[in-house]
Amino acid sequence: MGSGHGKELNLTLKVWRQKNTKATGSFETHQLKGISVDMSFLEMFDVLNEKLIVEGKEAIAFDHDCREGICGMCSMYINGRPHGPKDGVTTCQLHMRSFNDGDTIVVEPWRSTAFPVIKDLAVNRSAFDRIMASGGYVSVNTGNAQDANNILIPKEAADDAFGAAACIGCGACVAACKNGSAMLFVSAKVSQLALLPQGQVERKSRVLKMVAQMDEEGFGNCTNTGACEAECPKGISLENIARMNRELMSASATYTK
Amino acid sequence: MSQGFLKTSIGKKIVMGITGLFLTTFLIIHVSINACIYFNDGGKTFNAAADFMSHNPVIRILEIGLLAGLLIHMIQALRLTMENKKARPIAYAKIDGAANSKWYSRSMGVLGSLLLIFFVVHFANFWFPTKVAVFTNHEHNSFESMKLVFDQWYFVAIYLVGVGALCYHLLHGIQSAFQTLGINHKNYTPAIKSFGVWFSIIVSLLFASMPIAMHLHIIQ
Ligand code: SF4
Ligand code: FES
Repeated sequence: MGSGHGKELNLTLKVWRQKNTKATGSFETHQLKGISVDMSFLEMFDVLNEKLIVEGKEAIAFDHDCREGICGMCSMYINGRPHGPKDGVTTCQLHMRSFNDGDTIVVEPWRSTAFPVIKDLAVNRSAFDRIMASGGYVSVNTGNAQDANNILIPKEAADDAFGAAACIGCGACVAACKNGSAMLFVSAKVSQLALLPQGQVERKSRVLKMVAQMDEEGFGNCTNTGACEAECPKGISLENIARMNRELMSASATYTK
Repeated sequence: MSQGFLKTSIGKKIVMGITGLFLTTFLIIHVSINACIYFNDGGKTFNAAADFMSHNPVIRILEIGLLAGLLIHMIQALRLTMENKKARPIAYAKIDGAANSKWYSRSMGVLGSLLLIFFVVHFANFWFPTKVAVFTNHEHNSFESMKLVFDQWYFVAIYLVGVGALCYHLLHGIQSAFQTLGINHKNYTPAIKSFGVWFSIIVSLLFASMPIAMHLHIIQ
């Protein structure tokens, strides 16, 4: 695996091209020469796109923003895995040193009914936004911020909430899941607030609304394969899914409008 | 619980988990009774146990519950599978499933279908004849019918495949049910998982040993 600093690779790239949401897409094959192992995966795409533009062809559409693994925009399904062959990284943090000279790399968009393809490799993840809007917030009092130590939070709860809050909303969990389930994402968002005192006010209504919205968006049902946890670039744990299930059970049993 | 709960994706999964665990507990009873053949007393102990199971009224009520559980488990599985198919209408061209999950966790539907086919054979072999005997008030020697069935190598083969499917179905199913029920805790989950693994393997090995032992006439 991988090769030394400064080396160059020749690659065959099979990329999914799709004009728009309604169009039926297909794969397009490109030969790339002299790709530096120091490039990121997205930089390799930049090189390809520049070549396409020079040739008068249309550049490949793909999502990206921060390119430092924090925004959650990049989203490529590379050689059968979301965010490619390395664990715990986003597509933008994947480097060409993870590939070998002569490799064929298949790149597809996230495939999910709830994430329609906008164009080529870019998918519409606003289903996640609607889930967040349905309850993934806390109501706050306006006015001066109170003293930070006014509200005491046990270290364990803070750690777990922090762990859940690391989710960047990339959607790799949905892409990895054979059922196209969004449980890992939603459970991270439910957990980060359910664990903290500030999240208690809307605790019950939140989980009810967010799960209802998740189901409405057309995500599949979780079968606990654990593929989401294994592919999540931020190490979000399945414990969050169990917590969300508990939250939903207790909220369903006790919540009154 | 509010009405909508069972309609949520999580509620549906919880139904799968509870019925699955319920069916699993029955395996303990089933395998224990079958293990009576190892007294090797010409089926005396085994027949007595089987007779108790087919005539005791409490057991017969439980049996109805069991069949209902099985039915719900299957129907729900079918529904969930169809919904999940809809969630990904276009398949990936390349999938590296082994990189992120166990093959049997991704094959519960196939394993379950194999089990269903096996159950048809199994029920026709034993459950149905026993029922007929009970309802027509005839004597039924379960031990003798077991001997007859397992004299045929192809039945032994079918049973081994069935038990294999059961083993892998349980390997994923048991720990999965606990996770679905929200029981995931750093202190207890490792124990639950290893319990699930040991349970699946021991129960399956016991079940598998019986057709073999009878076929080889170790049990007579
Ligand atoms: S849980 Fe992980 S994989 Fe899913 S959206 Fe959040 S960061 Fe991405
Ligand atoms: S581009 Fe922001 S996480 Fe990859």
